[in-house]
Amino acid sequence: MEDLSFQHRVRGRAGGTRQSAIVGVVASGNLEVLVERSMPDAECAVDIKTAAVGFGAVWSVVISDFVERYSPGGLKFSINDGGARPDTVSLRLAQAVRLIAEAGQ
Amino acid sequence: MTAPLKDISSAERARNTSFYEASARTRLELLLDAGSFVEFIGPERREVSPHLKIFDLPEQFDDGIVVGHGRLDGSPVFVAAQEGRFMGGAFGEVHGAKLTGLLRAARQIGSTPVLILFDTGGVRLQEANAGELAIAEIMRAVLEARSAGVKVIGLIGGRSGCYGGGGLIAGCCSALAVSEPGRIAVSGPEVIETNRGVEEFDSRDRALVWRTMGGKHRRLLGAADVFVDDNVQNFREAALELLGLVGPFGLDRLKAEQRRLADRLRSFGDCGDAVDIWRAEGIAHAEAVPELQADQFIALANRIGRTSRDAR
Amino acid sequence: MTLDDILASLFPDGHEVSNDKGVILGSATLRSGGRILVLGVADRTALGVDEAIRLSGHVLESIDQDSGPILVLVDSDSQRMSKRDELLGLNEFLAHLAKVLIHADMHGRPTIGLLYGHSAAGALLATGLATRVLVGLPGADPAVMDLPSMAKVTKLSIEALQEKAKSTPVFAPGLSNLAQMGAVHMTWSNANSLADQLEALLADMPAEQDRRDAVGKERGGRLKATEIAERVHDFALQAR
Repeated sequence: MEDLSFQHRVRGRAGGTRQSAIVGVVASGNLEVLVERSMPDAECAVDIKTAAVGFGAVWSVVISDFVERYSPGGLKFSINDGGARPDTVSLRLAQAVRLIAEAGQ
Repeated sequence: MTAPLKDISSAERARNTSFYEASARTRLELLLDAGSFVEFIGPERREVSPHLKIFDLPEQFDDGIVVGHGRLDGSPVFVAAQEGRFMGGAFGEVHGAKLTGLLRAARQIGSTPVLILFDTGGVRLQEANAGELAIAEIMRAVLEARSAGVKVIGLIGGRSGCYGGGGLIAGCCSALAVSEPGRIAVSGPEVIETNRGVEEFDSRDRALVWRTMGGKHRRLLGAADVFVDDNVQNFREAALELLGLVGPFGLDRLKAEQRRLADRLRSFGDCGDAVDIWRAEGIAHAEAVPELQADQFIALANRIGRTSRDAR
Repeated sequence: MTLDDILASLFPDGHEVSNDKGVILGSATLRSGGRILVLGVADRTALGVDEAIRLSGHVLESIDQDSGPILVLVDSDSQRMSKRDELLGLNEFLAHLAKVLIHADMHGRPTIGLLYGHSAAGALLATGLATRVLVGLPGADPAVMDLPSMAKVTKLSIEALQEKAKSTPVFAPGLSNLAQMGAVHMTWSNANSLADQLEALLADMPAEQDRRDAVGKERGGRLKATEIAERVHDFALQAR
């Protein structure tokens, strides 16, 4: 297992009022993303525990792209990864940001 | 009562969602009245398994089981849903303890039923001793809850089936609903083959696996009470139906179960295959049972009339 | 100790316990004068539908007519691994045996398991782990999962697993691991009279409430189980 951590400054705060949301499942080729509204409005953090070791550079790119596209200010993403492909990671991150913006608690 | 009922679009979604394909969370979301679910020790609490690190394995924040409280057609229920895709839905220390605590609370309250959405290969081998003990404690807790009047309904239709100790817990429930993909057994097909050889059980013969352990056979045998076509709405309706039918638990029920199981052994103990059992049950064209569409199969099963409702 | 030795030591004044193809059935008189129902699995016999139905029937017959404790002797293999047993619904037969034992324990017939040989997986769940108190004899070797099977699934060598097992009691076979988990209440001595030890246990039975998770925490084998169960329990009581 490998632990990775990324912090970004972003343009604006992510939408919605929900405090947390979860998407995905930890399995081979899959991942879970827990997103919590626990950061300052102009920052976001991504903490990753991954079963696929040595892909730090790939994660960095995937996350930078995601942050650039969605501006998830105020959000912390905690990931347990079972070795998902980059496009699956991007999908889950997008799902997480959408889910926490949905109406609900 | 002003509890929120399921609205039409929600029921449509549930009817269009395969229980087998859905995650544990999606199953609960669509099974229960919209917006009624409250989770206990959710993923944000990060109560992960303390034992997977030793094996350098990834953890899941909810340790593969979602437990909590919700409403089913306005009435309160406790629910537990296993995530069959995480470690095969297997029972670990934390995973099991969540269900144990839920059942102990149900016993104390007495009037709130428990729905268990099984999706498990049994004991998580990396935590084998803790998993096995968790299952033993859950079995005791189910019995204590049932003795206090609590209805415990099992729903079985996920990717991992209901194997090992999960199969034993299922055997302790008040009633079971199963779908075609659902399987119930103690030993898995591969384990039987590894231990006894391919002549005893060819684990790659899917048709054999389903005839022996699958939802249709379990329904016809009386090892499950209701068979449903694979969607969440059907499981919801089955749960409601079973909650309405289940009676009180006691010694009479255990004696009736002894008779039921002894009868089964007498009637079918010499059968070599499920088809022989179905034939012996009076089903014409028994070999065609696996191909039957759900509604035809349900009609057939109801005609045969084998149910264990008052004898489990 | 052989089964005969164990029975002789438990019941020095005699007993009516027989072993029929690995199925132990019978009863005996305690030194106090009361009766004890005896059942179990011997000779490392696999627990299948045929064995389970006899064992559960023995308990049920006794429930209406007898009183006193119930002793479950265990030297079994795992559950019987066969097409036939699964075809006939083994999960129900094993669950039924466990239910009958648990019901008896909850209704005035305290149950004691005595693990003197092997047991594993589903067989252990239906016998020893379905009693109120599980006692071991030295030399008993219970297993939930055997190391060779674990090695095959995890793709780790047996040596690697044994190495990991040194730092945790959570997965490897053995009486002391299960004791540390809270499953085995105590280990008796086979140098002393089993009748004495049984009498001492009967005089000091734990209460009915299942505290195995709490014991597991006290002994350092399961640090999370009891706390998690309690927290869920407390949340559930609040949620109405």
